[in-house]
Amino acid sequence: MEPKKKILVTGAAGALAKKVIEQLKIEYKIVAVDFRTKVDLGIPVESYKIDFNKRIFEDIFREHQFDGIIHLGRISAQELNRFTRYNANVIGTRKLFDLARKYNVPKVVVLSTYFVYGASAYNPSLLDELTPLKASELTMDLVDSVELENLSTIYLYKHPELNITILRPCNIAGPGVRNTFSKLLSEKRAPVLWGFSPLMQFIHIDDMRDAICLAFEKNKPGIYNIAPSDYIGFQDAIKAAGSNPIPIPSIPPQLTEAISKFLKWKSFPSYLINYFKYPVILDGSLFEKTFGFKPKKSLKDIFTYYRSLK
Amino acid sequence: MAKENKSLIDKILGNNSIDEYIKAFPNSIGSHGFDPWGLNVKNFRNNVRFAKYLYDKIYKVEAFGLDNIPKEGRCLVISNHSGQLPFDGMLVGYAMLSNPDAPRAPKAMIERFLPSVPFIGNWLSSVGAVIGDPVNCTKMLNNEEAIIVFPEGVRGSNKLYKHRYQLQRFGNGFMHLAMKTNTPIIPVSVVGMEETIRSYADIKPLAKILGMPVAPLVIPYIFPSKVYIHFGKPLYFDNDVYKESDVLPRVEQVKDAIKNLMAEGKEMRDAYYAERKQKKSNIKK
Repeated sequence: MEPKKKILVTGAAGALAKKVIEQLKIEYKIVAVDFRTKVDLGIPVESYKIDFNKRIFEDIFREHQFDGIIHLGRISAQELNRFTRYNANVIGTRKLFDLARKYNVPKVVVLSTYFVYGASAYNPSLLDELTPLKASELTMDLVDSVELENLSTIYLYKHPELNITILRPCNIAGPGVRNTFSKLLSEKRAPVLWGFSPLMQFIHIDDMRDAICLAFEKNKPGIYNIAPSDYIGFQDAIKAAGSNPIPIPSIPPQLTEAISKFLKWKSFPSYLINYFKYPVILDGSLFEKTFGFKPKKSLKDIFTYYRSLK
Repeated sequence: MAKENKSLIDKILGNNSIDEYIKAFPNSIGSHGFDPWGLNVKNFRNNVRFAKYLYDKIYKVEAFGLDNIPKEGRCLVISNHSGQLPFDGMLVGYAMLSNPDAPRAPKAMIERFLPSVPFIGNWLSSVGAVIGDPVNCTKMLNNEEAIIVFPEGVRGSNKLYKHRYQLQRFGNGFMHLAMKTNTPIIPVSVVGMEETIRSYADIKPLAKILGMPVAPLVIPYIFPSKVYIHFGKPLYFDNDVYKESDVLPRVEQVKDAIKNLMAEGKEMRDAYYAERKQKKSNIKK
């Protein structure tokens, strides 16, 4: 019998990575790594707590001949300081790509975020993958996200043998997800900006898991938005999830920023203020056409879950 | 018989049968009533009632040439702009929506700064306004939508009262879009809005402080006015220009078509007011 193919999954402590591992571990041998903690993922999954920038990281590549990498590990902008985050997310990813080249890994899936497009009053709707990434123009706190994307794109075109697929999802939501907007849906009271209710897209964590697995298995390198063709205003989403919106003054913008910094409210970080104001709507049709992807869970399913938590 | 409970809005705007028109959306509306550009069916419905109130009761609009609007498929409706507030857009939109032969729910292009104004930006996008970005416009035309564009922008809407009925410089963007997407242009004139809100000066330093393109000094009163809307014959332009200077004559051609329609509208409006004056003087006698 042919031995199982091996995959390295980074960010294994996250809810999304756990779902991906759960799905792929039947057909593949999974090696899971996370910088935060050694995650217990059951017997067939080898798990390590590791920093990509340490030399010991290469030992994992020496021990295992990987058939693919799913790079989901990221220090979010709420964690650690800007410098450490840049080192981990950008320099760490470069280390990962270099090791992938050195050890001939034939495919890599990288998870990015829609934040890279930046939220601006001038954004047209249905941004496609060729839209310039303007997040770093708005805030230094998202520079590492944009740089990670740029680095991945350079490797995608300079080293086609790595077969890099970059996925830019809209807001991921559902059980276990801890990003800013999904956390807001789970809270009883959520901050909103007075007079603003930007249009948003949400994808259920199960659909995102399927999208990642599909991108990995079908192996069609490129950059893809992942977003369902269904939309809702932020304030309507908050209400649909059973939360109460708390209006925060929106003018002048300096006041909004001062409130955010003063409250140090994790759910209302100052670097995301523009995302509470302006829509960043993605055109997810390229991924849907290329991979034959159709999300199974609706907005209603997502909001029903969050309502059940209240 | 149970007494019908009517809200204040219902009492003012009336509970009219607009639902049939709302079916005129070309877009797929999502599960929560939104389309990708932020249009929200609930707000749109209320706005249509408001527009109908303005159309029938305030401006007593008469629309001509509605048969020039394609029954389906993409079209760019290019209009003169006036009246300080975007009511002219609402009236043109309502005329298209209530067209008995072929109701169309058009989108309208708005100034880029408007989404950054609290409440206003949100309200505008929820009723079908979209920032005037060529990417937006191209996607909507490819989606076979009807789009209202005011190529004069704030130059037209916020011009001084003394400049009324003088068409300002047109941007070229609409012509590029029409040529690139093979879209017919429907020239439109709105006559009567110039008199409703009158601006006598543009306070530039105030505009700068507020971060707005203009700060008009207006009389805070909406003067009653009868409005005439004329839809002209569709104009078609091939995508065969070589340089930007070749686009200008085509833009001028559209501008001239609007100018002619405006003259027609002004003639009718003058005749209406002359007749009214005559009637009044006869009553006095």
